[in-house]
Amino acid sequence: MSTADSPKRSMRTPLGRVRNLGAAHSGTSDFWRQRLTAVAMTLLMIPVLVIIMMTLGRNQAGAKQILGSLPIAVIMMLFIVASAWHMKIGMQVVIEDYVHNEKLKLTAIMLNNFFSIAVALASIYAILQLSSGV
Amino acid sequence: MQVYRWTLTMALSIVHRATGIALYAGTLLLAWWLIAAASGPAAYAHVQAFTGSIIGRLIVFGYTWALMHHMLSGIRHFVWDLGYGFKANEREALTWGAAIGGIVLTVLIWIIAYAIGGGR
Repeated sequence: MSTADSPKRSMRTPLGRVRNLGAAHSGTSDFWRQRLTAVAMTLLMIPVLVIIMMTLGRNQAGAKQILGSLPIAVIMMLFIVASAWHMKIGMQVVIEDYVHNEKLKLTAIMLNNFFSIAVALASIYAILQLSSGV
Repeated sequence: MQVYRWTLTMALSIVHRATGIALYAGTLLLAWWLIAAASGPAAYAHVQAFTGSIIGRLIVFGYTWALMHHMLSGIRHFVWDLGYGFKANEREALTWGAAIGGIVLTVLIWIIAYAIGGGR
């Protein structure tokens, strides 16, 4: 524990100190997940770029054949999950920084969650459909 | 805000947010592409008609730049998170590196894409 957090100097309540979650009420979990997903996407960037380039100049049948193969489908789904999670956290930070009306802020955060989850699920469903050979 | 003298690191901080917001909206394009590929030839032809048009190409080019810039700028933030690169010259070098690197990678990706037949 740092000296700034000692009982004499700290502005935090005793309960706040025990919970150790800070002003966001959720500790550093979003901070960690934002970095985790960022590292994941950076590692996946070259494979994803190669996959997208492989589909260039091909028609739907060609694209389906590429995107439907197991390793490529898994790489794409990992990238989509990391992207959706990362952008959900990032947009929430932006909302919390600029939207000060409490009701508007909570509405925006809800819509942000809906959008991120919808985009991720729609993309993953499409990839699964491409893989299933339907 | 007028009391601040604008620095490169401040400007790039805003650009990091702006590219992040653009990429957020841009995921719709990625989802559209995947859904179209799963839907069939007609839907896929629509996407290709869009990405092949001048406007479509500009948007995808912008998306490529936003992605590359955000990634490199993010790596810069990651270096800072790890506790390195805070000296004035290191700060500037990392920031210039992200700004120039983002443009270089974008152009490189598009040269490769055209070389392998994406320009058709």
